[in-house]
Amino acid sequence: MALWKPDPSFYPSPRMAMQGPPERHAYVVALNVGRNERPDVLNVVDLDPHSPTYSQTVNTLEMPYAGDEFHHFGWNACSSALCPYAPHPHLERRYLIVPGMRSSRIYIIDTKPDPVRPKIVKIIEPEEIFSKTGYSRPHTVHCGPDAIYISALGSGPDGSGPGGIFMLDHFNFNVIGPWELHRGDQSLAYDFWWHLADDIMMTSEWGKPAQFENGLVPEDLLANRYGHRVHFWDLRKRRLAQTLDFGAEHQMVLELRPAHEPNKTYGFVCVVISTADLSASIWTWYKENGSWAAKKTITIPAVPAEEKDLPPALKPFKAIPPLVTDIDLSLDDKFLYVSCWGTGELHQYDVSDPFAPKLAGKVAIGGIVARKGHPKWQGELAGGPQMVELSRDGRRIYFTSSLYSTWDDQFYPDRKLEGWMVKVNAKPAGGIEMDPDFFVHFGETRSHQIRLEGGDASTDTFCYPS
Amino acid sequence: MLPQTLSAIPLEELGPWLAMIGFGAYHGINPGMGWLFALSLGLQQNSERALRMALLPIAAGHASSVAIFALLVYAGAHVIPVRPLQILTAALLIAFGIFKLFNYYRHPRWVGMKVSLGDLFGWSFLMATAHGAGLMVAPAMVGMTHGHGGHEMPMQPGMNLFFAVILHTLVMLTVMGLVAWIFYRKFSLAVLRRNWINFDLIWAVALLVVGGIALFIAL
Repeated sequence: MALWKPDPSFYPSPRMAMQGPPERHAYVVALNVGRNERPDVLNVVDLDPHSPTYSQTVNTLEMPYAGDEFHHFGWNACSSALCPYAPHPHLERRYLIVPGMRSSRIYIIDTKPDPVRPKIVKIIEPEEIFSKTGYSRPHTVHCGPDAIYISALGSGPDGSGPGGIFMLDHFNFNVIGPWELHRGDQSLAYDFWWHLADDIMMTSEWGKPAQFENGLVPEDLLANRYGHRVHFWDLRKRRLAQTLDFGAEHQMVLELRPAHEPNKTYGFVCVVISTADLSASIWTWYKENGSWAAKKTITIPAVPAEEKDLPPALKPFKAIPPLVTDIDLSLDDKFLYVSCWGTGELHQYDVSDPFAPKLAGKVAIGGIVARKGHPKWQGELAGGPQMVELSRDGRRIYFTSSLYSTWDDQFYPDRKLEGWMVKVNAKPAGGIEMDPDFFVHFGETRSHQIRLEGGDASTDTFCYPS
Repeated sequence: MLPQTLSAIPLEELGPWLAMIGFGAYHGINPGMGWLFALSLGLQQNSERALRMALLPIAAGHASSVAIFALLVYAGAHVIPVRPLQILTAALLIAFGIFKLFNYYRHPRWVGMKVSLGDLFGWSFLMATAHGAGLMVAPAMVGMTHGHGGHEMPMQPGMNLFFAVILHTLVMLTVMGLVAWIFYRKFSLAVLRRNWINFDLIWAVALLVVGGIALFIAL
């Protein structure tokens, strides 16, 4: 069916997106890999405070296969469809593109006609991904103006080759093929995003599938063999343009959050752990004299702990690393949210000056040692703030607990980490507090990324300045 | 030169010229043909000058694409009698219209917001060609290569086509510039969200309607 007017959830500018209606429900992927033989699921969580089922899972869509390991996912189309050089304003934000990171299978899930009862409409089998793109382990999904872009963490069925980007046709979801024409010496992959107005794509580095699928490899970490670089690519020529190396001790460079305002050329990226002092860090990248540079702008130190309270991998260090595994930037580019999965804290930084972030607020829940509960969940909670998602207006923050199946078990060996989701309220001028009335427990199914109805702070790209 | 050419045309032969003007306005108002790109470049650089500078290469790219069809029509008029040429043009238009009707939402792949004037020329040429802007005006151009009813050859069919392309482009540039400027100065971008009607679908239907009318006239 052709749309006559643009999808109302497409916004020309970030400011217009902030003025959109509040989200009524969230899609939350959750995995059973490593826990039982059941397939992974897509949960629909009610976010409408006026609804009788507020803060509850109102529907669970179970996949037909087990063992996918859901991680990140995204929409088929978003505000980038309004970009002027290839406008597709009459696409719909309708389908969720959900990759199985372990299986290399991709599900296309339709959220219409009933957004609370999504249905699988297409399954792209791993063999098709392998044969048409060469890649495997699909991960981050971004809706581009001209196609759906997906990052992959390796290539070949065994994942030993370089990771990269491939594309899906955003009308029929056919696999188009790999994106890069020249990759230079880039081999490791994880997240990606872009400065569309600057024709630049950024990619980050986690590690090879062999370095994470069976758990964190301590020897590789201590030998600084995980990724420590960010790559800048020419979007038009599809080739590597520049690489920034943060130094080998800055291990695992993950989430890339460019400024949303299209005429800004800076952004933030998180480093999980420094092998020098177990700290985590946030770096600000920026354009200077036509090339890219980055500065470490936030350092979050490790917290000393009793050896007996620590999982075996951390005992020798007598400290809990913050393990910053996700960050998210508000649509006004003012506040950066930082998940410290290790210490069980979510930090809010005022990044109005991107080179001088100021800590503006903090909430605590879970954590490797603290295991802090929630007003609606007395007793210990395993897991910590991990995938964080932010409402378009920046007032509500949601996050979930699980990192990655095998890593969850390494850091919480005594008690199997469970899936939960909480909500944090942000004050307009800064400062955050835990919402005491919102707590979703998914049982032993571990929750990962959240996508909000109508878009959120880590989905859309805008082509028109506010 | 242009006014003389126009005044030399009998009243009943104004039709093709009016069509060229009308299509110029229509192509100018279509966001996918250029004004939106010019607007976004102006906004991105916070410069009305950037907007104005973008319009010229976009118009030139469009003109080049239409000019290719004018050359084809000119060449065709020398080797094919008028009526078969009219029927052929109409048939091509209808066939392309049917194709676009089922693919109206697809555009040529183009990645890039940081564009030089040459890039904008290339982009506009690509968009106009792929969407059949020149094909849409081809029946009107065929009408200029012969006299009313196909009886008499006008003095200068080549000149007619040349001026037809110029006229079409000037109207397109004016309308496109006006729309981009009004958006830049007066409108909120919210209009894009609320009132961006499905021009791609209208375009496909327009191809079919023009083809249908051209076929009707030819027969």
